[in-house]
Amino acid sequence: MTASEASSRFDVRVNGRAVPVSVPSETSLLEVLRNDVGDKSPKFGCGLGQCGACMVWLDGHPTPSCDLPIEYVTGEVRTASGLGTPDGPHPLQAAFLELQAGQCGYCVSGVLVSAAALLRDNPCPTRDEVTAALERHLCRCGTHQRFVDAVLAAAGAGA
Amino acid sequence: MSDRTTTGLPDSLVSNPRVSTWLTVTEHRGIELRVGKVELGQGIVTALTQLAAHELDVPPDAIRPTATNTAASPDEGLTAGSLSVMTSGSAVRRVCAEARELFRRAAAHRAGLDVDDVALVSGLFVRADGSRIGSYADLAAAVDLDVEVGDPTLRVELTPSSSKDLHRLDLPDKVMGRPRFIHDLEFAGMLHGRVVRPPRPGAHLVDIPDVTTLPGVHTVVREGDFLAVVAAREGQAVRAAEALVAGATWTGGLQLPDADDIGSWLRSVDAETTALRADGARHDGARTTLRASYSRPFVAHGSIGPGCAIAVLDEGRLNVWSHSQAVFLVGRGIASALGLAPDAVVVQHVEGAGSYGHNSSDDVAMDAALLATHLPGRHVRVLWSRADELGWEPFGPAMTGEVTATLGADGLVSDLSYEVWGNGHVARPGYAPQHSLLADAHRGGVDTMPPATDPPPERGAGTGRNAEPYYDIARVDVVAHRVLAMPLRTSSLRSLGANLNAFALESAMDELAAAAGRDPLEFRLAHLSDPRARDVLTTAADAAGWGGPLPEDRGRGLAFSRYKNRNSYCAVVADVEAADAVRVTRLTIAVDVGRVVNLDGVRNQIEGGALQATSWALLERVAFDRQRVLSTDWDSYPILRFSQVPHVEVHVLDRPDQPSLGAGEATMGPVPAAIANAVADALGVRVRTLPLTSDAIVAAIEAEIEAD
Repeated sequence: MTASEASSRFDVRVNGRAVPVSVPSETSLLEVLRNDVGDKSPKFGCGLGQCGACMVWLDGHPTPSCDLPIEYVTGEVRTASGLGTPDGPHPLQAAFLELQAGQCGYCVSGVLVSAAALLRDNPCPTRDEVTAALERHLCRCGTHQRFVDAVLAAAGAGA
Repeated sequence: MSDRTTTGLPDSLVSNPRVSTWLTVTEHRGIELRVGKVELGQGIVTALTQLAAHELDVPPDAIRPTATNTAASPDEGLTAGSLSVMTSGSAVRRVCAEARELFRRAAAHRAGLDVDDVALVSGLFVRADGSRIGSYADLAAAVDLDVEVGDPTLRVELTPSSSKDLHRLDLPDKVMGRPRFIHDLEFAGMLHGRVVRPPRPGAHLVDIPDVTTLPGVHTVVREGDFLAVVAAREGQAVRAAEALVAGATWTGGLQLPDADDIGSWLRSVDAETTALRADGARHDGARTTLRASYSRPFVAHGSIGPGCAIAVLDEGRLNVWSHSQAVFLVGRGIASALGLAPDAVVVQHVEGAGSYGHNSSDDVAMDAALLATHLPGRHVRVLWSRADELGWEPFGPAMTGEVTATLGADGLVSDLSYEVWGNGHVARPGYAPQHSLLADAHRGGVDTMPPATDPPPERGAGTGRNAEPYYDIARVDVVAHRVLAMPLRTSSLRSLGANLNAFALESAMDELAAAAGRDPLEFRLAHLSDPRARDVLTTAADAAGWGGPLPEDRGRGLAFSRYKNRNSYCAVVADVEAADAVRVTRLTIAVDVGRVVNLDGVRNQIEGGALQATSWALLERVAFDRQRVLSTDWDSYPILRFSQVPHVEVHVLDRPDQPSLGAGEATMGPVPAAIANAVADALGVRVRTLPLTSDAIVAAIEAEIEAD
């Protein structure tokens, strides 16, 4: 049996464009984004929705994409790579670079996705509110303090 | 510094003496730097680029650092032990300084001047009047870099240090969401492999179901107890592997030790014993003030990105893409396991998620290589599952250490004995003649991998790392027992034995200070003649307000350690709240890492190390029953979350005239010790078992009640 025999067609809306894909219906949204759409910004971390490395916006809500089958995805997806452009980085991305908020950087895309949702809904969060918004994310390098500082800096810069 | 460069070359240059191994300068492509140290998220490539730019006197963006490749880059061994700035950094400085002088000589020749009359200004060689002779690129054709360092006709002086902050070169890709990690690497027609591990250590494969008719499956590979599937799509490989897990039958398996009494197990099994110091410490019953044991459990590296590798067998040559810290060892290990010539395996380093020691990265490279040999010409990518990552990576060894100490009539420690037990900390590819990679051990059908080894004392030891107190104590005996039974696989985890040993010795120093009726800071200073050690202690203590009043349920604790007793100095003051559970509210840290190459890089490493050490101290413990590891996801193996993160304040004492000492591991010993001392301050109970969970505190309280 070849891959295509078990596949179905889906139109995934990612970062403002519609991408047709033909994949098995149980394929995770994360696999579709990374391997079919070609957007490598969401990362595989656990496959269980526990670590936040794969976080994307689904209709504006931060959602783990690793354990979500593509057949249940109906909304608009936004990923870290869709937050800004090289010439026009999202204020969060600018702040993360300015404050060097990152060590290995593997969890950063997911953290940015959740932080961007926070600032959209709450442009001037307190430190505790930023901490709460990032609570679902695991960082093993111990960059937490810099992440929170960078989110607060971005908020101060008018994200 | 200049005398160090003329007497004796850095180790990396002894084994890789040709300038051209490290540097290529061409008219059109500029300056290319090749190093044998790899980027692990610690910023080493940025630091080395900065050193090269400084020595060549060019802007950092004029240098293109290339990732390590075993066929092209200098073999600098492992990237580990906080040694990279020390070893690779001094080699890069020396190579670049020599190259700079070779170019200056070419510039002088071109201008018809004496070399002393040629100046270098921001990458341009100029005459005394400032007029231009040429840039590095302009002069490239006139300079032969295929020469060995140490040319006696060159006058080479290292440029005086400056510690500017260079922004990390790898971060823009990572923050903008561009492909950068090995996980993001993709080749046309690439297939996806998943390995099915035994259900418990030491189990042997009996039978497997037929999964070859499942969608997308290309092949199933079964060799001994090694079982894997390769499929067209990643999800298809995962589902086929799940079908194999569900239908395969296995037999046998090892009996694991009692997880709740690891200390007894470690003391009861065969071990290799090394006396690290033997002054003849004396402890008669009347004067012995302290006899206590301190333990830590097995600890996982717990990388957020699981192990990943890609391999392709291309006309007899096996190309492997790996995020290993030891690409040279991995290449040789794979070649040996597969019966290939060493140069038939070429390993290209690609950045992965942080590894913090020897995690799955070497093994997954072997997995991919093995599968690639079954599908010549096809790129095969292997990614470990979260469960395999937390269940099959080599753990940081469980350890237990016993301190016996005697106070003299002057109230200071006169005699101290320390004895420590644990599995070895080194199990990199090639550490044993065979079965040193997981897939190779499973192919061979062995029950356990060969016992992990330890670095020799001159390289900082493993079980015995920081087992010798740094304090001025008249008679000290230190014995390390490397345990040879290894039912759970162990290898290097950030700081090796220094984590437990500093926890034990620094907890003991507080207990001894209490017995002597003295303040922990003053007690330590009374045993410390090294002025740099005293400096970090007093700096941290002053910054934290040591001695000030604290509210109810709060505690403050102090610890000091010099990593490997010869590298960075680190003092930590921890503030904790200890009501229901221990919460660390603040860490005040002072470090002396010698000459600072990249100040922000040092801060980032110290902060990050401190938070990881806090996570180990409060939460982490590999859980297992008598058959298998149970902590195979982030619920069963919790690590520090944002809401649990203390405020971390780092004070870096710059010593521009001293050698760089490395920063990555300095905090791993003193942070848990400071936290435990703060818990004792808050609750009046001494917890000698990591992690400092509520259960451990209750057990310590009960033990004290029983003892009374």
